Amino acid sequence: MIEALWGLLPLLAGLGFVLGRRRAEQLAAEGDVSLNSLPQHYGQFVLLWAAGPPLALLLLWALSGGTIVEGWAAASLDASGLLGVDQRADHVLSEVRGGLSSLDGAALSEAHAHVERTLDRARQVLGLSVAAGFALLAAGGLSWARSRVTPGLRARNRVESALRAGLFLSSCVAIATTIGIVGSLLFEAIRFFGLVSPAEFFFGTEWSPQTALRADQVGSSGAFGAVPVFAGTLLITGIAMAISIPVGLMAAIQLAFYAGDRARAWVKPLLEVIAGIPTVVWGAFAALVLGPRIRVIGESLGLDVASESALAAGLVMGVMIVPFVSSLSDDALNAVPRSMLEGSLAMGATLSETIRKVMVPAALPGIVGAFLLAVSRAIGETMIVVMAAGQAARLTANPFEAVTTVTVQIMMLLVGDQEFDSAKTLAAFALGLTLFFVTLALNLAALSFVRRFREQYD
Amino acid sequence: MTSSSDPQRLDRADARLRRRYRAERLFQASGVAAIAFAVGTLFLLLGTVVYQGTGAFVESVAVLPVALDAGALDPDGDRSPESLARGNYASPVREALRARFPEASGRREKRALAGLLSVGAEYDLRDFVLAHPEAIGTTVERPLLLSDDADLYVRGDVDVDVDESDRKVSDAQVAWLDALVARGQVERRFNRRLFTSGDSREPELAGLQGAIRGSFLTLLVTLLLSFPIGVAAALYLEEFAPRNRLTDFVEVNINNLAAVPSIVFGLLGLAVLLNFLGLPRSAPLVGGIVLALMTLPTVIIAGRAALSAVPPSIREAALGVGASHVQAVLHHVLPQALPGILTGTIIGMARALGETAPLLMIGMIAFIVDLPTSPTDPATVLPVQIYLWSDAPERAFQARMGAAIIVLLGFLVVMNGAAVALRRRFESRY
Repeated sequence: MIEALWGLLPLLAGLGFVLGRRRAEQLAAEGDVSLNSLPQHYGQFVLLWAAGPPLALLLLWALSGGTIVEGWAAASLDASGLLGVDQRADHVLSEVRGGLSSLDGAALSEAHAHVERTLDRARQVLGLSVAAGFALLAAGGLSWARSRVTPGLRARNRVESALRAGLFLSSCVAIATTIGIVGSLLFEAIRFFGLVSPAEFFFGTEWSPQTALRADQVGSSGAFGAVPVFAGTLLITGIAMAISIPVGLMAAIQLAFYAGDRARAWVKPLLEVIAGIPTVVWGAFAALVLGPRIRVIGESLGLDVASESALAAGLVMGVMIVPFVSSLSDDALNAVPRSMLEGSLAMGATLSETIRKVMVPAALPGIVGAFLLAVSRAIGETMIVVMAAGQAARLTANPFEAVTTVTVQIMMLLVGDQEFDSAKTLAAFALGLTLFFVTLALNLAALSFVRRFREQYD
Repeated sequence: MTSSSDPQRLDRADARLRRRYRAERLFQASGVAAIAFAVGTLFLLLGTVVYQGTGAFVESVAVLPVALDAGALDPDGDRSPESLARGNYASPVREALRARFPEASGRREKRALAGLLSVGAEYDLRDFVLAHPEAIGTTVERPLLLSDDADLYVRGDVDVDVDESDRKVSDAQVAWLDALVARGQVERRFNRRLFTSGDSREPELAGLQGAIRGSFLTLLVTLLLSFPIGVAAALYLEEFAPRNRLTDFVEVNINNLAAVPSIVFGLLGLAVLLNFLGLPRSAPLVGGIVLALMTLPTVIIAGRAALSAVPPSIREAALGVGASHVQAVLHHVLPQALPGILTGTIIGMARALGETAPLLMIGMIAFIVDLPTSPTDPATVLPVQIYLWSDAPERAFQARMGAAIIVLLGFLVVMNGAAVALRRRFESRY
């Protein structure tokens, strides 16, 4: 029924437009007054009033309808007295939602049947009232707006300010997203820190969330010391940076100062291709091609290498970030005034001396900004480490061992169905919050570096 | 500086100069090496993917005469589709193989013999009989799909020198397959199933259709949300926004969102869309919303760049002949900027197509056989399918994964090519 209402919206809009325009044309033809705006503006004015409020109602229903219906069912179940002592309405509801209509026990299936009945009724009643509201709003808006159409109505200004408001609201989606991210992460993380103290989380050295499956198990609280996870992240990020910073910077220098136009025309797109390859493909490469090779090479050298090693993940991640570093460094180097390069060359310095002693120091803030952004990229990268770095939380600096990272743990804790009140699930949000703020700080720092650098030469 | 004629000094200067030139060459060589390293890794990646993946585009079938016995295939005897659908297709397939190798005796040998063929052989036979009911009662030559391990052997990917217990294909199976190949009864043909069927537990039956559809539906939702909202936001910020704190705040937000790790968007989707709003798990709708929020900054930034590239003279000319501000922007500036905005949007879509982590968070990782038809059906997407197959224990899935990567990269090449073509076609003419 509600779906049909969505289908009615365009019709309603078209009807509003036609009625409004025709009314305006009529008015213009009748009297010898001239219209304030073009007839189509009156059409748009009526269209907005006819379709806008019903659209808002439908959106509201799409966002909150499910919650209202289930709230109704839960309340009615609580009142019905069908619940057993150890049963909770929301559990029954989620079982019904999952299609598990009858488990064992008569009281249980009674409760389930009750929930299904109330859900149906609530959907029917609320659906009907939404449809009635829709009709009321549509008819009311249409007739009211049509009656407002007079030659003196500044229809174009009305329509344009409505449009501006729409544009403004669209730009606020970014703010809403940020609020949503911070809000949801904070909310769940605070719940987590109610179960596990922040001190234990940030300074504890044992991470084994998997033991927290059942409340009656021994050691059921789990261990949520995230230091090994942070250490693993740092190790892999360090390896990635050890690859991407020198390679990226040297590639940028080569492209900016040495390469001819033809070489540049070939190499630049190739570097962009590296950045465009999905991380899951890099991850498959690291896990299935590079990991086993590194292991074979390591064993031939007498080293003990795990097949999921920090080295494989870090290496591939480093290569993936190279184009990022090189293009940002390239920008920084190109922003240095040409006169500095020429001055140094004229003094008799070779090109490499000029680059090392003049250009790079002059571009340093921009380059450091690029490095910081690259670090933030590496910390937040997920698929490569999920596929190639393993899941064991080990406190080690040995790149040949399997380590785990913040992103891998978030993934492992949340993939699959989870109850939302266990410390295990909530821990993922605490990790996510940490990740968000660390990358945010890195980005802001990078931005301020770049900005300081710009002021220097502008 | 009087002793330019001092030979010792000249020698020292020469030596120093040589050293400096050597450093120069070394420096340049290291730059070349850096680029070679990055590009070489790229080619290694592409090479291994193509090497691994091309195998999956071909499947192996054994062409054998199959006796279509009416009693087994048509239990009601009326040739109706309902009756044919309930027929027993396993036994004709089994019998065809036994007739070819009558020497196989005993339970274990018979089972090993049946293991040469995939269950897909039965499904194919059923499809054939449903399409040609008149063939019942006759014996027809039908291609019977080989199992993944037999296929690997036919391809030459199984090392027969390894001890029998360490490989999936037994010595007896090797002998049968060799006999089939020697008589020309094994055919290799294009694997259409890869593009027409959904995921499966059997590597030789697994296809990409489900993932491709899932990706398409997800990207559709992403496009429908991020394009209009992104264009509107870019228009507002570039053309209408007053210079004040709020505008600055919006801009800072957009720039930060562009750098937030993708997995955090997945957490947002999980906490808000799934748990708070109660939207369905694993659905392209939710995946599309999450990816739209992720691509929005890209679209907005590209849109603003395109809008600001339109020369002010166009705006001023429109205002000069009496257009309102809104009319000048909508009728004159936006159409000029549209190609640039579209280019940015396509690039954003290409990035969204390759995104995996946030979709795993909202449950698009489930094993789904059915093909999704609407944005609320459970579905998976191409990159997630790659992740799932890379994790599968059967060796044949690695070739499937390679094929999936080739398909994904193919889509990306097409999308980026379209973006480049669009940019070339409408490059600014001012």
